Amino acid sequence: MTGTLGKDLLGLEALTGEQIRLILDTAEPFKEISERAIKKVPALRGSTIVNLFFENSTRTRISFEFAEKRLSADTVNVSASGSSVSKGETLVDTARNLEAMRIDMVVIRHSASGAAKFLADRIQSNVINAGDGTHEHPTQGLLDILTLRDRFGDLKGRRICICGDILHSRVARSNIWGLTKLGAEVAVCGPRSLLPNAIDEFGVRIFDRVEEAIEWAEALNVLRLQFERMTAGYIPSAREYNRVFGITRERLDRAKRDILILHPGPMNRGVEIDSDVADGPHSVILDQVTNGVAIRMAVLYLLAGGKPELAEAAKGGSARGREDKD
Amino acid sequence: MKPICLRGGTLVDPSQRLNEVGDLLIVDGALAETGRAIQPPDDAEVIDCDGLIVSPGFIDVHCHLREPGREDVETIATGARAAAAGGFTSVCAMPNTDPVTDNQAAVGFIVRQAQRAQAARVYPIGAISVGQEGKVLAEFGEMVGAGAIAVSDDGKPVASAHLMRTALEYARTFKIPVIDHCEEPTLSAGGSMNEGIVSAQLGLKGIPAEAEEIMVIRDILLARLTGGHVHLAHMSTKGSVELIRWGKDRGINVTAEACPHHLSLTEERVRGYDTNAKMNPPLRTAKDVEALREAVKDGTIDLVATDHAPHHYDEKEREFADAPNGIVGLETALAVIVTNLVEKGYLSFSDLVDRMSCTPARLFKLPGGSLKRGAAADVTVFDPKARWRVDSSQFASKGRNSPYNGMTLVGRAACTIVAGSVVYRSGIAVPQREAREQINRATS
Repeated sequence: MTGTLGKDLLGLEALTGEQIRLILDTAEPFKEISERAIKKVPALRGSTIVNLFFENSTRTRISFEFAEKRLSADTVNVSASGSSVSKGETLVDTARNLEAMRIDMVVIRHSASGAAKFLADRIQSNVINAGDGTHEHPTQGLLDILTLRDRFGDLKGRRICICGDILHSRVARSNIWGLTKLGAEVAVCGPRSLLPNAIDEFGVRIFDRVEEAIEWAEALNVLRLQFERMTAGYIPSAREYNRVFGITRERLDRAKRDILILHPGPMNRGVEIDSDVADGPHSVILDQVTNGVAIRMAVLYLLAGGKPELAEAAKGGSARGREDKD
Repeated sequence: MKPICLRGGTLVDPSQRLNEVGDLLIVDGALAETGRAIQPPDDAEVIDCDGLIVSPGFIDVHCHLREPGREDVETIATGARAAAAGGFTSVCAMPNTDPVTDNQAAVGFIVRQAQRAQAARVYPIGAISVGQEGKVLAEFGEMVGAGAIAVSDDGKPVASAHLMRTALEYARTFKIPVIDHCEEPTLSAGGSMNEGIVSAQLGLKGIPAEAEEIMVIRDILLARLTGGHVHLAHMSTKGSVELIRWGKDRGINVTAEACPHHLSLTEERVRGYDTNAKMNPPLRTAKDVEALREAVKDGTIDLVATDHAPHHYDEKEREFADAPNGIVGLETALAVIVTNLVEKGYLSFSDLVDRMSCTPARLFKLPGGSLKRGAAADVTVFDPKARWRVDSSQFASKGRNSPYNGMTLVGRAACTIVAGSVVYRSGIAVPQREAREQINRATS
């Protein structure tokens, strides 16, 4: 089934600003469901969704699962270990087997860039990319943008800096695409060894020093520093990273204005971000997590063919059945 | 062997500055005569070549025929037939077989399999080091004695400058080129496409142009040091072209090849994660393609080679970063060059024949490369204007991994003659000598 977003959500690169706004707007009414005592609406009743996680994930997987369950979908979780994947099954065979079971949607997390598209090209089910290698993580980008919009309203002209390991970050790519499409001014800041060499061509501002980024930005999206970057020789140590690039209270105190702090998690406290910043008054890190469920509900609903203008009403009805009733 | 008279084609042979309509007569496996209105012997087969180009047979100095080891993806016989179907009369097989072609017995095996195939000639390239491990020199002398025409460690770049130096020195005794795949391995490690804006957007680890160029200049300097002949395989960057030009200007014994894909496609082709756009060196930028085309035109890049690399479709049907490098090229090379270099004004047909036949023959000291009287009767007849849609399922190669599948290209081999025997004719079933021999053996 194909809705206003097309068959799949593979990345924010392929979406228009209008489509992104549509997802954000659709997420708004879904936020309320999670605040109810009975957190369940029948929008996806009868739909079967497979969460196919080839890479470890706690937050994203749970967030998707809650989103699916709160929309009344039937879900199955498959992780790479313990499945036939660990017995050497190829991705294409996994895809064909899922297809043969007539599932409606697949949420895929995979360590290879392009894996979600690979799957989407080969099966008729809707595919949602929950992170493919170092390519994109569109629902994370969307929930970051929703969180920023909650605080800023229109993002046009707002200054947002993404800090840290841009080179290996799918979150960074989705944020850059999404934010620029909504008219925000985007910057990146990190050691040059963790920025793509072609970063100039992304149409973003580049700060070599985090102090400059803090002076410029209205919000910082602080990325997690993977520890394998040290062993691979990209940077010398976590300690020096914190001293040169860490988002610390001290650095933020010198800023002229309050700066909103985002982090996609999981955090390395004391490395890329200090605890008093993460837990401080300008941190919206837990709001991101809350918004993650609403965004994923919106994406699931829209891909299932749900009509955006009926999202409010869908809280009491079924997305997949709705077209017949109209 | 019946004489063959190729009647009325345009004879194009830059080795003797020939470019005119005429006939070509082949007798006893050798070129007997060129001229107008030749009177062929009564028993001669006359092939009408009106509107076609008759040239010395194409020679590919860089292909992978996978035998021994991966006969499921290509054999010497299927590879040699694919070559013939692409207009190649000779191909040189890289040593990355299993086991590695690093000794005289292994070289001899390839020579024997090639004879049985009776399609294009196949010349083995021996390994530089035992097991392509980059440690101990392989026995160049014995391999040359068994039929090897060059040495290379192929896709395993010679990381050690000392080993490369020694290879260039030692190869001088046998007057063979040392072919290097230029790639600085620590810089390219984990990369699966060109490093640049596309790799950054796709989230794929890139291989910078400098990974190639560092080794290009190293090899050129080592050729200067040793006086050996270094031949640089599949050049892919503008910087490499500039470095080769620098070396040639100084009289250093360096030659180089470029592949049809690097002369026609860019990194943009990787968008969508099509694994048939994955090869090593990777597809680069439009600027690189332009520089390579100019370099093939002005001779800085001496010749065109395919880097024909068949893979099983299962191996390519997977995540981009995990898919193997390489594409098949023997059956599309001519058309890709005609479409991208001749039709766009970089090369004349005479230049094309020079880069695909005369120069490879001269640099690698192989028979062919000329239509002169007495030369080996290795001849390619091709239709310079044929427009055709590439359908990889119809390839004679076992490989289907072509980025050109479905594209319409111009230029196609019509007839391929090796040592006076027709080994390929378009649209007509090739005499399957191998099959016939097998039947004969089975029934006798």
